Amino acid sequence: MLPCLIVRNPGLHTTIQDLGRTGYLDNGVPPSGAIDFVNLRLANILVGNDQGEGCLEILHGGPEYTLQADSARFALGGTDSFLDILEPDRKQIEPGRSATLARGARFRVVLGRASSCAYLAVAGGYEIEPVMGSVSTYVRGEFGGFKGRPLRKADQVPLRQGKIAGQGDFLFSRSPQSVPGGGVLTIRVIPGPQQDYLTREGTRCLFNETFSYSPNADRMGIRLDGPTLELQSIEGFVSDGIIAGAIQVPGSGQPIVLMADHQTSGGYPKVATVISVDLPLLGRALPGTLIRFKAVTIEEAQKALSDLEADIQAIAESMQPIRSEAHLNSEHLLSNNLISGFVTGGSEDN
Amino acid sequence: MDRDISLRVLVLNERVVAKDIPGLIETVPTFHSLLIRYDPLRVRFEEIQARVDSLAANLKTEAQPGRRWRLPVCYETDFAPDLTDVADRCGLSPSRVIEMHSERAHHVYMVGFLAGCPYLGDLPDALSLPRRSDPRLRVPKGSVAIALTMTIVYPVISPGGWHLIGKTPFEIFDAAWQRPALFKPGDKIEFEAISPARFEELEKAVLHDGHCLEPVSA
Repeated sequence: MLPCLIVRNPGLHTTIQDLGRTGYLDNGVPPSGAIDFVNLRLANILVGNDQGEGCLEILHGGPEYTLQADSARFALGGTDSFLDILEPDRKQIEPGRSATLARGARFRVVLGRASSCAYLAVAGGYEIEPVMGSVSTYVRGEFGGFKGRPLRKADQVPLRQGKIAGQGDFLFSRSPQSVPGGGVLTIRVIPGPQQDYLTREGTRCLFNETFSYSPNADRMGIRLDGPTLELQSIEGFVSDGIIAGAIQVPGSGQPIVLMADHQTSGGYPKVATVISVDLPLLGRALPGTLIRFKAVTIEEAQKALSDLEADIQAIAESMQPIRSEAHLNSEHLLSNNLISGFVTGGSEDN
Repeated sequence: MDRDISLRVLVLNERVVAKDIPGLIETVPTFHSLLIRYDPLRVRFEEIQARVDSLAANLKTEAQPGRRWRLPVCYETDFAPDLTDVADRCGLSPSRVIEMHSERAHHVYMVGFLAGCPYLGDLPDALSLPRRSDPRLRVPKGSVAIALTMTIVYPVISPGGWHLIGKTPFEIFDAAWQRPALFKPGDKIEFEAISPARFEELEKAVLHDGHCLEPVSA
């Protein structure tokens, strides 16, 4: 049997994603890709992959797998999510480190309280044929990833490597800059391109009121509950291009933030655009999360992106071999702040 | 839609793409605007803006971009559930609707809504209707549909609120093609009315032999 992960329980919505497609928006093909590209990249770094290698994107509910290969090295990127090894010996692999498992190992992914998604990377990657230059799954288009669809029970996800040679596991001794927790998520946006379709009151609402991440959200877009945004007449509005992060306001006034699987064009005003750096925050957010929008300039957005890249770089450079299992107790992890994360900000309750 | 603006968008798009600007990821021409996606770690916004601005001067001088296509469509009742209704509402006979739809070259304004879905225009005023008040949950793949001044072709099964006046046996999107969308903004499409028998023949060739539509001219 070829090396693979056997899906014992698919989870709620698990798909193969990488950093998405580029160059096909004008074909009407959305970019797809990880809704939290930071954790996808971190997971890949831990297992020695290219940062943009395809991972399993686990959304909303934890799956369970059996390893059908001599050995494989995994890492989970997902804030406070962790790997729960069920067989042969029960143990939990804390975030921010890799783990090497042997044939027959049975494990599940447990999503943390701070994130609705996590990324399971495997050293060497999953054996998936790219479509339009990417292994990302676009479920609506039924292409990319594993047969163009979410994983199902009994699927066998092929692995490129059947065996791990030599060197041991790694951990990050630095964790990502955490975003202050405590209630409201602040999302930075660049106003426009069609902010002028909002009335004065609509604009005031957008930047001064609090919205809530509604249960009506998927990889295509996140509908926000809360105040409606008042629009001027959109009579005669002409459809135009869309980019991930666009905040589209339909006639109902209920804003929608468009995510990785967004349609490539839309016939409603896009009143502001979430900066790339903050897209993963929305990707991780859970229904009910309170959200406020803060306007920033293009310069500030570019600076934030450079800072994020520097942060990822610093985390990558902090990677160290794990010397012995005995060394790795949770006290050690806590002292390194490894199980905090982006949203929780503190580790006391983990 | 304003054809003149569309042509200027398409000419600007050709110029931007030809320039191969470092840090530019991709462009999306739409009816009245050009979306440009770039990597801010490689190029600053101001630089992209300045370069695009300099390319935006005198946008009508070049020849019109685009290939010509002839897309076979069956307009018979089984393939065109809304044709009679459209004819009634426009005060025309069904055969006159078919004639008016197939006698002109349609301009591809953009591709969007669904992967590979072309927005074509313009319809003659006599065929211009608002969208259906009761959208369908399942429009068959290949359906040729009209609303307002536009025609679209559904590349896959999809919900949709346009009036279905025909159906093509050809694939217009395939994720495995080098360019997955058959049509490009700027292309010109004529619809060729075919019989149900010819539809079935072509459909077989598409399904069994991977028969693909080729442009009439490049």
